[in-house]
Amino acid sequence: MKITFDWLKDHLVTKFKEDKLLEQLTNVGLEVESVENLSAGLDLFKIAKIIKIEKHPNADRLKVCEVDVGEKEIKKVVCGAPNAREGLITIYAPPGAVVPKSKTKLVVAKIREVTSYGMLCSESELNLSDESEGITELSSKKYEKSVGKSYFSKSNSNLIDLSITPNRPDCLGVRGIARDLAASGFGKLKNLKDKKIKSNIKQTIKVKINKEKNQACSSFGSCLITNVKNIESPKWLQDKLVSIGQKPISAIVDITNYVMFDINRPLHAYDVDKIDKGIVIRSSKSGEEFKALDNKIYKLDDGMCVISDRKGVLGLGGIIGGTRSGTEFDTKNILLESAYFEPRSIRYTSKKLNLETDAKFRFERGIDPLSIEDGLNKAALLIKEICGGEISKIDIKKIETRKVQSIKFNTDLFKKITGFKISTKEILKILEDLGFKIKKEKKYFKLTIPTWRPDILQEIDIVEELVRITGYDKIKIIEPIKQRTKSTLTQSQKLFHFLQRAIASKGYLEAITWSFTDSNYNDHFKNKNKEIKILNPISSELGVLRNSIFSNLIMYMNKNLDRGFKDLSIFEIGPIFIGSNPGEQNTVVCGLSSGKKQRLSWIEKERNVDLFDVKRDVVQTLSEAGYNSDKFFIDSETPNYYHPGKSGRLFLNSGKDQIAAYFGEIHPNIIKKIDIKTESLVGFEIFLDNLKLPKKKLKDQKNKFEVSDYQKSERDFAFIVNKEVKAQDLINAVLSVDQKLISNVKIFDVYEGENIPGNQKSIAISLTIQSFEKTLNDNDLEKINNLIIKTVENKTGAKIRS
Amino acid sequence: MNDFKNIKEKYNSKLNSDLSLEDINQIKTELFGKNGLISSQFKNIASIPETERKKFASDLNQIKDGLQNLIIKKINEIEAKKINEKLENEKIDVTLPERSFVRGKIHPVSQTIDEISSIFSEIGFSVEEGPDIENEYNNFTALNTPDNHPARDMHDTFYLDDNKEILLRTHTSPVQIRTMIKDKPPFKIIAPGRTYRSDSDQTHAPMFHQVEGLYIDKDINMGHLKGCLNYFIKEFFEVKKIKMRFRPSHFPFTEPSAEVDIGYEIKDGKIVIGEGDQWLEILGCGMVHPNVLKNVKVNPTEYQGYAFGIGIDRLAMLKYGIKDLRAFFDCDYRWLNHFGFDPLDVPSNYRGLSR
Repeated sequence: MKITFDWLKDHLVTKFKEDKLLEQLTNVGLEVESVENLSAGLDLFKIAKIIKIEKHPNADRLKVCEVDVGEKEIKKVVCGAPNAREGLITIYAPPGAVVPKSKTKLVVAKIREVTSYGMLCSESELNLSDESEGITELSSKKYEKSVGKSYFSKSNSNLIDLSITPNRPDCLGVRGIARDLAASGFGKLKNLKDKKIKSNIKQTIKVKINKEKNQACSSFGSCLITNVKNIESPKWLQDKLVSIGQKPISAIVDITNYVMFDINRPLHAYDVDKIDKGIVIRSSKSGEEFKALDNKIYKLDDGMCVISDRKGVLGLGGIIGGTRSGTEFDTKNILLESAYFEPRSIRYTSKKLNLETDAKFRFERGIDPLSIEDGLNKAALLIKEICGGEISKIDIKKIETRKVQSIKFNTDLFKKITGFKISTKEILKILEDLGFKIKKEKKYFKLTIPTWRPDILQEIDIVEELVRITGYDKIKIIEPIKQRTKSTLTQSQKLFHFLQRAIASKGYLEAITWSFTDSNYNDHFKNKNKEIKILNPISSELGVLRNSIFSNLIMYMNKNLDRGFKDLSIFEIGPIFIGSNPGEQNTVVCGLSSGKKQRLSWIEKERNVDLFDVKRDVVQTLSEAGYNSDKFFIDSETPNYYHPGKSGRLFLNSGKDQIAAYFGEIHPNIIKKIDIKTESLVGFEIFLDNLKLPKKKLKDQKNKFEVSDYQKSERDFAFIVNKEVKAQDLINAVLSVDQKLISNVKIFDVYEGENIPGNQKSIAISLTIQSFEKTLNDNDLEKINNLIIKTVENKTGAKIRS
Repeated sequence: MNDFKNIKEKYNSKLNSDLSLEDINQIKTELFGKNGLISSQFKNIASIPETERKKFASDLNQIKDGLQNLIIKKINEIEAKKINEKLENEKIDVTLPERSFVRGKIHPVSQTIDEISSIFSEIGFSVEEGPDIENEYNNFTALNTPDNHPARDMHDTFYLDDNKEILLRTHTSPVQIRTMIKDKPPFKIIAPGRTYRSDSDQTHAPMFHQVEGLYIDKDINMGHLKGCLNYFIKEFFEVKKIKMRFRPSHFPFTEPSAEVDIGYEIKDGKIVIGEGDQWLEILGCGMVHPNVLKNVKVNPTEYQGYAFGIGIDRLAMLKYGIKDLRAFFDCDYRWLNHFGFDPLDVPSNYRGLSR
């Protein structure tokens, strides 16, 4: 909502200055978005007349205009506008002037070898309208004698742009703003004794509101004005509209706009002679069409509220009028409409048709239903004053009578909600100033709600009014008490934070990427999940919710590789989506590592990152998080985006557990398709929701501290096994012999090749044997050795290598 | 007797010359070997007359000890010299680079969430979560924002179905609803998380982070709200004093509602929080609307309290001097490295939030 202090003063007597005004507007909840000095430098823009036009010698589309700007010297201006012609009166901006739209400062410039002194301006460049096709055309009748004068009248009033919250339709009119300011002590609201229409003439156009289901128009006021002469508005009116950034059109249109901005009462003027018999307000039928004043043709659905005549739709009630019955300069007789339309219906229709108008904006927030007559009186009398003519009596059709809305208010509620007290006297004063009618009952006040405040429905809304007007600065700070009765994080939240930092501590940079992704990337990683489309994505590259974090990580990894980085490790912890219902999401830690380890190291051998790097990060992280790595079970069944031979899946326990993690190389086909240039690309995913939270705290999970000081013995074994036999099976077989005696099992060599049959491999194991009860003698050790060999041979088909 | 002296003098001088370890071993053998000069003297003891024997033995032992000590000393000298020579040869250029160690970084948004949680933990809030995909009811209707309410225009919503019933949550406020439906009052929670609006330009990202706060009990009023936020802002920006302004505003789910501005100024191109006469909006808040409480079956005549919503990304930008919001989600390795935090840097109250 744009206002000026000058316009406010039509409604408000105040001794305060503008800086105080801006502060006070903010204090009562009418946020000041911006303040702009419109007139600064605008006096430079002069009314000018093109005297002579010549073709530009070096450019077909340009003209060299000789322009009379009221000075001795005729100015030469190069201009490209197709409508530039001799005799045209337009607006001239000299070098030094700042173009309002582009905010550029004009200079004397050579355009294709011809020097141009200033510029002839289009309406768009002056922010007068969106018209940018040619330069401004001023009526020669009106402006002939003004050549040389400033086009914009001087105003010291700044344009103040307010951000009005959707609950305050009353402040979409200057008077509503003035009322709030007055209530807050900023001045006194002027009591405008508006004149009323005195007429004996009947309103002869028949108006009918159809009584049908969901009729959005509950009352329709109108009056007829005959024999008008629609002219350009007088200067005071034009200036007023220009001062808030509106473009004057014709007196009738300008007056309806003025009344709308002044008292928040949208009106519409019809050219009566274009209406075929009476007016019917009804619901539209699917397929009906009409051409609106924005020159677009709208096709209507069922159930939209239309104003119609026998020929069809004249306009969409409360939203926009049609061209068929629009007023022109030659309009003789007009019907002025002032009606009430239901906000819900306005919103439904305008959303459906994608239509934004000033009237729609107001009706959808709720217009004062009692302003129908005020609006007609004010506008009709102004029209008569400016355009002449005869005014009829006001005709109001209603299909329902509005009940007076009132609420009970107990003043104690104020202190209960705000924490501070104001006197009943103050309370009553504020409410009266805001337009409430107050009646004292036994324990409460009965408040009649002003008809312009559709937002006030219950007691709490009264508290809001009171605290808003009193000032939020009066609310006293109550210091919070430092006391914790419940733990801040749940166990799974703690796990989240732990894993996040555990992974970061292993060399991965944390990234946060969108929850949505490119379906082309997602396709590679969605595995068996279904694609979840966003109906209205901001771009097709962000069209689906991610089924895996890999799609985004790989995309960004690739961008970083393109920046010339080679050895990168990044990770993200966040949601992946498995369905389109609330809750169908999992939290995943996903990491990705590219390139080499120890690249260009003088001291260490460089090598590609490989699956055992990511396996280490996964195993180490999980064991840091408190899971016993001795119990981890690993197999090689992984989703299709991993290298089928070089990837694994990890369970916290062998058995029924859910998958804790995947790790491995990214499938070479994907790397090729996405065209990633790196020596190696490995990744992992840890599924937080699948990690069973231990019932006991970590400190309670630990076994008794038990160590043996008896002599220990280290033994090595080499087994020859079939290639399919997994190292994990071998280790488990060894451990199965006696977990108490055998510990520290390590694989220190894996060998295939010479001396080993083609389908077999040699695995060398080292382990420690130590008893908690005694020092083992040679005999004991020999027995255990033999048992280990026998067990491994039995369980895995291995043969000890002699 | 003279033999002794001769031996002693001869070998003393021998041992004082420059010798190798081999030379010394040779001398050792010459003196103390089976038939060594000293060893053979000991064999003679028996043949010495008894009167002189004692002295003989004593002199001999003295010479033996003297020579032995000399030999040990000499050996030690040689060994020390050898070691020193060896170490001298082992000298290495210690300015060569160390073995590499890579530690990752925590994203500034994650760090900020941890800081926020730490602050609110101190005054008794616990952390709640909710899903990113929400239904229309929790995101709007239950929050007193019915369909066809103009306030919905402020939320450009991503929808997942044609009926517009399933959407990506536009704010963290639905967590209020979920929390209150699930439990019984009092409620004292914060809910940080991802939020989504179909809005994308220099200052808007289609995904951003919010933290919701909710405190409902029997007598929680606007003074508590002001105190809580005043405390939070001071702690978060780690300043002693803060300029804060509560401004009336409107959110359908709170009444009365407020927006909160903090004072700032620009000093040497950097933003300084808590001073100056410029205002910066940082959050929205208010007293939870009775309709919202009714929707979650909490009696508004018995319980009341406040709620707030803060943009986390914006807080992180202000605190850590990050200029571009879009960069948060751009995953530029250099940016992540520059603005990221060491994972060991866990924000905590006793140690201070940031270093």
